[in-house]
Amino acid sequence: MNFLLVLEWLIKGFVWALVLLGGFAYLTLYERKALARMQSRIGPNRAGPWGILQPIADAVKLIFKEELTPAKADKLIFTLAPVITVVPAVIITAVVPWGPSLDIFGYHLNLYIADINVGVLYIMSIASIAVYGIVLAGWSSNNKYAMMGGLRSTAQMISYEIALGLSFVSAILLAGSMRMLDIVSAQAGYWFHIIPKWFVVLQPVGTAIFLIATLAEVNRAPFDMPEAEQELTAGYHTEYSGMKFALLFMAEYTKMIAISAIGATLFFGGFNGPFVDQLPWLGPVYIFVKIILLLFGMIWVRATFPRIRYDRLMAFGWKVLLPLSLALVFITALGIILAQLNPRFVIFIPLASLLVAGVAVAMIDRTLRRKDYARR
Amino acid sequence: MRVVEPVVELARGLWTTLRMMFDKPVTIQYPEQKKPVKARFRGRHVLKRYENGLEKCIGCALCAAACPADAIFVESSENTDEQRYSPGDRYASTYEINMLRCIFCGFCEDACPTEAIVLGDQYELSFTDRRQSIYPKEMLIEPVPADGKPTPQKTKVGEFTRSVPAMKDPQD
Repeated sequence: MNFLLVLEWLIKGFVWALVLLGGFAYLTLYERKALARMQSRIGPNRAGPWGILQPIADAVKLIFKEELTPAKADKLIFTLAPVITVVPAVIITAVVPWGPSLDIFGYHLNLYIADINVGVLYIMSIASIAVYGIVLAGWSSNNKYAMMGGLRSTAQMISYEIALGLSFVSAILLAGSMRMLDIVSAQAGYWFHIIPKWFVVLQPVGTAIFLIATLAEVNRAPFDMPEAEQELTAGYHTEYSGMKFALLFMAEYTKMIAISAIGATLFFGGFNGPFVDQLPWLGPVYIFVKIILLLFGMIWVRATFPRIRYDRLMAFGWKVLLPLSLALVFITALGIILAQLNPRFVIFIPLASLLVAGVAVAMIDRTLRRKDYARR
Repeated sequence: MRVVEPVVELARGLWTTLRMMFDKPVTIQYPEQKKPVKARFRGRHVLKRYENGLEKCIGCALCAAACPADAIFVESSENTDEQRYSPGDRYASTYEINMLRCIFCGFCEDACPTEAIVLGDQYELSFTDRRQSIYPKEMLIEPVPADGKPTPQKTKVGEFTRSVPAMKDPQD
C-alpha cells in the first residue's frame, strides 16, 4: 500500500466530509432565504451581512442547549440513533465523482473518493441503512408520537426505495454499467451539437420518478409525513434536543445534498459540461451548480405543495410509482435493444416513457375524480 | 381523459411561488424602520398639561375607577396657590400605571373629566424587571410646553379655582 495514496484518500475523504457538513449549514440558510423570498419575506439577515453567519449562530445555540433524555428511553439506542442516521448520510456520496482526473504539480489526482464497480448498488445499500437510525430514534424515545413518526418514516422510505431503485435501473441500463464514472462518461457529448446526452433527455420520466422518490426518501415536503407537525408534533425527533437533535437535522439536510449529488450524477450528466475536457477543474464547478439547482427544486416544491395524506402517499408509492418505474425499466431495455438495430431508435425510450407517464397521469386523475374516492 | 391538465396545474402552482420570489418583500426592518401608527392607535398613556404648564390631572381617580384591569393607582394631594400643580383644589401626587395589567382599552381616557390621560402612540414598552412594569407619574407626564412653567407654580390667589375647565360650547 502506497503511503501517498492513503494520504490522498484521507485528505479527499476529509475534504468531502467538510464540504458536506459546511454545505449542510449553508443549505439551511439557503432554504430559509429561498423560502422567505417565496413568501414575500426577507429571511435571516441579522447575523453578519445578508445573514451569512446565521448557521454559526444556530450551531452555537444548539451546542449550548440542554440535552434531555427521557427517563424511560432506551439510553444506548437513544444516543446511538442520531449517529446511525448521520453516518450513512455522510458516506453515501463517497462514490460520486466531482470531476475528471486532474494533474496538480505533476501529481495525478482523481476527483472521487472511491471508484467502486457497483457504485449504484453501494448507494442503494447505504440509503437503506439510514432507515434504521430513524426507526430506532422513534422507538427508543418511548414516546408515541416519536414511535408513530419513526414507523411512518420506515414504511415510507421502504416503499419509495423500490421506485427509487427501479429509476436507478434505467440509468444503469442506459450506461451499461453500475460504476458511477461509466455512468457519467456515458452522458458526455451532444446530440445535434446542442442537446446534451444526459439521461434526463433519454429518460425524462425516470428522472421525474427519481426526483419524486427522493423527496419521499429524505422526508421532504410534500412527503414529510414522519414529521407532520400537526399530527405528530415533530415525529421521530420529538424527544431529541441539543446536539442530538442537531445530528438528526444534519442528517436530513446532508441527505438532501447527497441525493442531489446522486441525481446530478445519474441523470443530469454529473460533472459534464462545456469545455470540461480541456479544463478539468470545471467539473467540480458544474456538479456544484447542478446540486444547487436540484436543491432549489426541493425547496421550491416545499414552498408550493401541501403535504399529502398518509394513505394517499402509500397508495401513490405502491400503485403508481412502482408499476410506472417497472414499465420504464422494460421500455428502457426495449429501447436499448432497438438502438442496437439502428441508433436512431433510441428516441423510442423518451417517447414511450412519456406515453406511459401520460397514461399514469390520466389514471390518477380519473381515480381522484371518482366521488367515492373523495368520500373515503 | 385528462393528461396535460393535471401536470399543467402542478406547474401553475410552481410558477406562482417562483413569481413571488421576484416580488418586493413586505418585511419592515423594525428597529431601523418604523411604521407610523394609525390616528386612533392606543399606545402608552400620556398625562397632558395645559399650555401654561399646569397639569391637567386633578387626582380625581375616575380613571382608576373605570379601569377594568385595576392597573391605575392615583393618590391626590391639596393644591395651594404657593405650590400649584393643577387648577382647582387637588392634584395627583402619585400616579402609577402597571403596564403588566393594562389592557389598553382606553376606558381611562373616556372617564377623565379633564382629558388629562390620553393613550399615545408609544408602543415600545418592553422591560427586563417586573418592578419596571409600574410606570410612575414622572414617566407618564408630558414635558412642559415651550411657553409654560414647570410645576409646582406660584399662582395668584383666586385665578385657578375651577378643577374642570369651563366648556366653551355647552353643546359640545
